[in-house]
Amino acid sequence: MRVRKNIATSDEGFLFNPTTGDSFSTNAIGAEIILLMKKDIPTSEVIDTVCEKYDVDRALFERDLEEFTLQLKGHSILE
Amino acid sequence: MKENKRKIVIAVTALNAIDSPGPGVAVIRSIRECNDFDVRIIGLSYESLEPGLYMHDLVDKTYQIPYPTAGTDALLSRLQYIHEKENLELIIPNFDAELFNFIKLRDTLKKMGIATFMPDLEQFEARDKIKLLDFGKKHGFDVPEDKIIHEFRELAKIEEDFEFPLVVKGKFYDAIIANTMEQAEKAYYKILSKWGLPIIVQEFIKGTEINIAALGDGEGNAISVIPMRKLYITDKGKAWAGITLDDETYIELARKFIQVTKWRGGCELEVMLSNDGKPYIMEVNPRFPAWIYLTAASGQNQPANLVKMALGQKVEPFKDYEVGKIFVRYAWDLITDIREFQKISGNGEL
Repeated sequence: MRVRKNIATSDEGFLFNPTTGDSFSTNAIGAEIILLMKKDIPTSEVIDTVCEKYDVDRALFERDLEEFTLQLKGHSILE
Repeated sequence: MKENKRKIVIAVTALNAIDSPGPGVAVIRSIRECNDFDVRIIGLSYESLEPGLYMHDLVDKTYQIPYPTAGTDALLSRLQYIHEKENLELIIPNFDAELFNFIKLRDTLKKMGIATFMPDLEQFEARDKIKLLDFGKKHGFDVPEDKIIHEFRELAKIEEDFEFPLVVKGKFYDAIIANTMEQAEKAYYKILSKWGLPIIVQEFIKGTEINIAALGDGEGNAISVIPMRKLYITDKGKAWAGITLDDETYIELARKFIQVTKWRGGCELEVMLSNDGKPYIMEVNPRFPAWIYLTAASGQNQPANLVKMALGQKVEPFKDYEVGKIFVRYAWDLITDIREFQKISGNGEL
């Protein structure tokens, strides 16, 4: 789960892919996850951080994260 | 203390800033924005209602010129008249259909003291839609398969070589996607009535459309390359909004085009990035595109650098530009007066 180097991100969840010209908006939690991904930390650490902060069921979050990751890959945001 | 800059007199065509706009107004806007010189802009128009005629903050004076079909003699005679009055130093033609005549007149204009910065006839014709496939094969560019149609019965056989959908194109402008033979026939007649023969039938490439504005120095060097993706497209297929991109593929493609053709002047490559990642050259327009101001806005003012090269200055290739710069076109009701309209319609000058 690595965000492509050239992807521009903002704290508000705006993403811009300068290769394709596509831009996307995520909600606040999406923005937080992408900022974590940009730190190049293992996926397990992203899951730990979010689960600890938001008291969310781990299995449920893992499923949601997988879906989110697939979307990001589909839009060439992730490598 | 105010610096005294020499005033360069530049004539520019294609002032039709309409829904399918000519590049003239954007070219003038870019040139005026350059601080290295001062300019007097002479508009050259074909129609009395080209909006640029009435934009007096951009265009100092306009003269009507004869349609390209009138030939080079008529054009030269009109340009001689304009030159006597204005002492032109440079002409920047911006319409595909007029370029042939201007290229033919280049040496004569030069003798008159008027510079141009256009491709030569060989370069101009090599990238012609009708020869694009051969051009691509010769230089190793990906180009869609096509067939040049000179009469209707050739269209009936097109299914032997092409699958639907396919694209039916006019020799200068217009492209219609046809999903069936019936649609192809309809498109054929529509384009025939507007642009005449031949008509080009081209393989349809599915993918993302990218446009590249480039400026060549005539010696094989790309002075500037700016790739843009259309964000909003009108029903005529024109960009109403677009964004600059950062992708070396497009920049290399344009550099290679300019290198192999030794292109002199501005051009626009229309590229389709196929779903399997191949950049197909769909068309090469031999002049600046209507969105050319975006090059100035993103840090590589192509029209201003064309002016410099046309006047004999050495220009170094640009390295950087701003990625993610967006243009959004808009419509604006310019108000003028019947007296102005009368001047250009009656006297051919405004």
